[in-house]
Amino acid sequence: LVPPPRLRELIRTIRTARTQAEEREMIQKECAAIRSSFREEDNTYRCRNVAKLLYMHMLGYPAHFGQLECLKLIASQKFTDKRIGYLGAMLLLDERQDVHLLMTNCIKNDLNHSTQYVQGLALCTLGCMGSSEMCRDLAGEVEKLLKTSNSYLRKKAALCAVHVIRKVPELMEMFLPATKNLLSEKNHGVLHTSVVLLTEMCERSPDMLSHFRKLVPQLVRILKNLIMSGYSPEHDVSGISDPFLQVRILRLLRILGRSDDDSSEAMNDILAQVATNTETSKNVGNAILYETVLTIMDIKSESGLRVLAINILGRFLLNNDKNIRYVALTSLLKTVQTDHNAVQRHRSTIVDCLKDLDVSIKRRAMELSFALVNGNNIRGMMKELLYFLDSCDPEFKADCASGVFLAAEKYAPSKRWHIDTIMRVLTTAGSYVRDDSVPNLIQLITNSVEMHAYTVQRLYKALLDDISQQPLVQVSSWCIGEYGDLLVSGQCEEEEPIQVTEDEVLDVLEGLLVSNLSTPVTRGYALTAIMKLSTRFSSVNRIKKVVSIYGSSIDVELQQRAVEYNALFKKYDHMRPALLERMPIMEKTATNGPTEIVQTNGETEPSVLDTKHPPPVTQPANQVRGVIISKYAGLHLCNLYIGIPPMTAYNKNGLKIEFTFERANPNPNIAVITIHASNSTEADMTDFVFQAAVPKTFQLQLLSPSSNVVPALNQGTVTQVIRVLNPQKQQLRMRIKLTYTHKGSPVQDLAEVNNFPPQSWQ
Amino acid sequence: MPLITSICAFPLTTHCMQFMLLFSRQGKLRLQKWYVPLSDKEKKKITRELVQTVLARKPKMCSFLEWRDLKIVYKRYASLYFCCAIEDQDNELITLEIIHRYVELLDKYFGSVCELDIIFNFEKAYFILDEFLLGGEAQETSKKNVLKAIEQADLLQEVRHITESAWSDSV
Repeated sequence: LVPPPRLRELIRTIRTARTQAEEREMIQKECAAIRSSFREEDNTYRCRNVAKLLYMHMLGYPAHFGQLECLKLIASQKFTDKRIGYLGAMLLLDERQDVHLLMTNCIKNDLNHSTQYVQGLALCTLGCMGSSEMCRDLAGEVEKLLKTSNSYLRKKAALCAVHVIRKVPELMEMFLPATKNLLSEKNHGVLHTSVVLLTEMCERSPDMLSHFRKLVPQLVRILKNLIMSGYSPEHDVSGISDPFLQVRILRLLRILGRSDDDSSEAMNDILAQVATNTETSKNVGNAILYETVLTIMDIKSESGLRVLAINILGRFLLNNDKNIRYVALTSLLKTVQTDHNAVQRHRSTIVDCLKDLDVSIKRRAMELSFALVNGNNIRGMMKELLYFLDSCDPEFKADCASGVFLAAEKYAPSKRWHIDTIMRVLTTAGSYVRDDSVPNLIQLITNSVEMHAYTVQRLYKALLDDISQQPLVQVSSWCIGEYGDLLVSGQCEEEEPIQVTEDEVLDVLEGLLVSNLSTPVTRGYALTAIMKLSTRFSSVNRIKKVVSIYGSSIDVELQQRAVEYNALFKKYDHMRPALLERMPIMEKTATNGPTEIVQTNGETEPSVLDTKHPPPVTQPANQVRGVIISKYAGLHLCNLYIGIPPMTAYNKNGLKIEFTFERANPNPNIAVITIHASNSTEADMTDFVFQAAVPKTFQLQLLSPSSNVVPALNQGTVTQVIRVLNPQKQQLRMRIKLTYTHKGSPVQDLAEVNNFPPQSWQ
Repeated sequence: MPLITSICAFPLTTHCMQFMLLFSRQGKLRLQKWYVPLSDKEKKKITRELVQTVLARKPKMCSFLEWRDLKIVYKRYASLYFCCAIEDQDNELITLEIIHRYVELLDKYFGSVCELDIIFNFEKAYFILDEFLLGGEAQETSKKNVLKAIEQADLLQEVRHITESAWSDSV
């Protein structure tokens, strides 16, 4: 009987395969042989076969048929078998597998084995992947081993206990007695894992935290010894003694010192010592400094120590090592709100990082720069940020543009500067500007009354140059519609007024209507603008002609507008001037974010910009809409939808379901969808239930519907709100299920909804 | 069809290291150590995506990147990428030292380690890792002690039955 090939033989063979197909064939052949060997209960070669199976598993091939074999290996008395068995268990037998629990008894026996290396295997396996049930069963054994004098086992037991606590937090108490002398150990392995265990306990339980605060002096002593002691070859890394332990102690000190004055004071000196004495030429020293800075910033340290910490970060920013620069920027971002002035001192270095080659560094530098903008530095900072906007990668442009708008809103030194800044963003990064910026800008422009003439002139000139950037085009169209009269009358004070005729303006707007570059939304803006000019220009006939042409447009949205505007000319002409008059100044609603329009005069207040995602402002569209509808109830007019276009999700058998969208404040990752169900048949749809499911990376919440009767003949709609959390900004897809009773019979239907507008999930 | 489907793959508990992957420049996996429970399918997906992301990085870029909710710390040693996923509160710089320590251990054990050593002796690479880290945390900070334990364990493989307490002295 030929023994099966050895592991390394098989590896060699498989590596000779020249194609994927060849490899698959070899593996299938070997797997078949291994399977029969398993069936024959071959003890001698089980270990070898499982090892080979693990290799093939790593290549991506299925290995589930080896699961039980791992258990048999674990139960064997040969150390080689146990080693491979436990390895196999860790690779193939996580807690999702049914057979996982069968390991419990074996592990229990091995935890009590006479050979420490076997005990070690059991502890390691339990500590890496033990399920909650297993942890419950075996916690007692772990606790026993935590008290042993064998440091090899004690250190492993400590980490195993950490895992047990993570899986079954209620068991934490039982480990408390064993922690009593952990820090008196001399063995670094035990010390390190003990500190990890203590950290875990303190993070999970306020009681434990108070209980362990008394350890601060001891921890300080241990840390001091590490720093002051001479060279210790066993734990030395580039001249630093056991950096891993130092970092862990610093982290535990952080947790103990947080919100406790006495503890913070007790650790003050050692933190200062570490901060000033640690060698910074290599990564290892900087790793310790980094942890020290994090601790200083988190506890109740005195201001001198905090400044020291920020200065360390400032020095990090100048380090050649980009990794160091990266962590510096990350840390500064975390502290910029609380230690704003200290961070301000490093502003120019931070701004320099905008030019870094690394994308992550650039992003952080950008976020931090926005966080540092204030009334005093707005002009200089904006120059740098606009330069960055010009040259940065597309992935930054949207965030940067939003940030510029918010910063400008908060700290603009003058209205003219503000408009100019907006113009600059729209013309240089116009296609990246977020859709929700458009209503925001419109509101801003409306409220800057004395700048109307200047604004419309600049926007008009920008349109002459380029009609491809939709946000720019939309804002421009809107402005021309509103202030076209100022444009043609040449009233601009801020700069040389241009000479332009009504016809030229209408040419431009009509050009937008026909251009391939214009989106349907933009066309809507253009048409409405043209309509508005009918009360501001004298060429009413031309406008009438344009409007009537679009009454038969294929675009339903455009068609509807044109038809309504036509009606306005024909039947409601007496109302037209009032309907199309200048927009009033808009009240800005209080948002959940810290953005309010405040006229600043260069006050030094810390910028309260949310650095990760500039909070989206409540769309004044809702404001605008509210004003119009209330004034002109009954007329479905001025569908100035600013925001995400609605969509028809389902339309079958007389049941039509439309989705309308909003982005929720303050979380831009949540899309709020309102469904509107209507019924065009002659009978009501009763017991109407709408259900939805989304892919795994999303979360969905369905609120109560307005009713469960969808009345016949479109006499009313049932509405229901869906909230979708989309943290990964993946393309939104949904499956919906509709059930209702119609004319006495139950109806059920399933549908996929895939045509979500990109703005609802991007 | 479930009404409300489940959330992201990663557990939300505080954890140090969630996983460590070793892969070649061609994207071939050489070692995978998972410290969180995930299905095979999820592991494969994560591996595929992460390998692609890391391999696309240019040499001048820093060793850290944000990926999903995690921080990824990676470093290339010769033809192998060592890649760790850590949580938000964890120290990236010390993770680089952890990676470096593991490489040193492999180097000492195999004598000037290269990718082929890891390929042909993957089980030993795992054994060494499991003597250095446990549950994603360092269990031993002395290089010497880790190597000594491995040495002793290797010797134990030669013994036929290990029911006697021949090797229970502490290291």
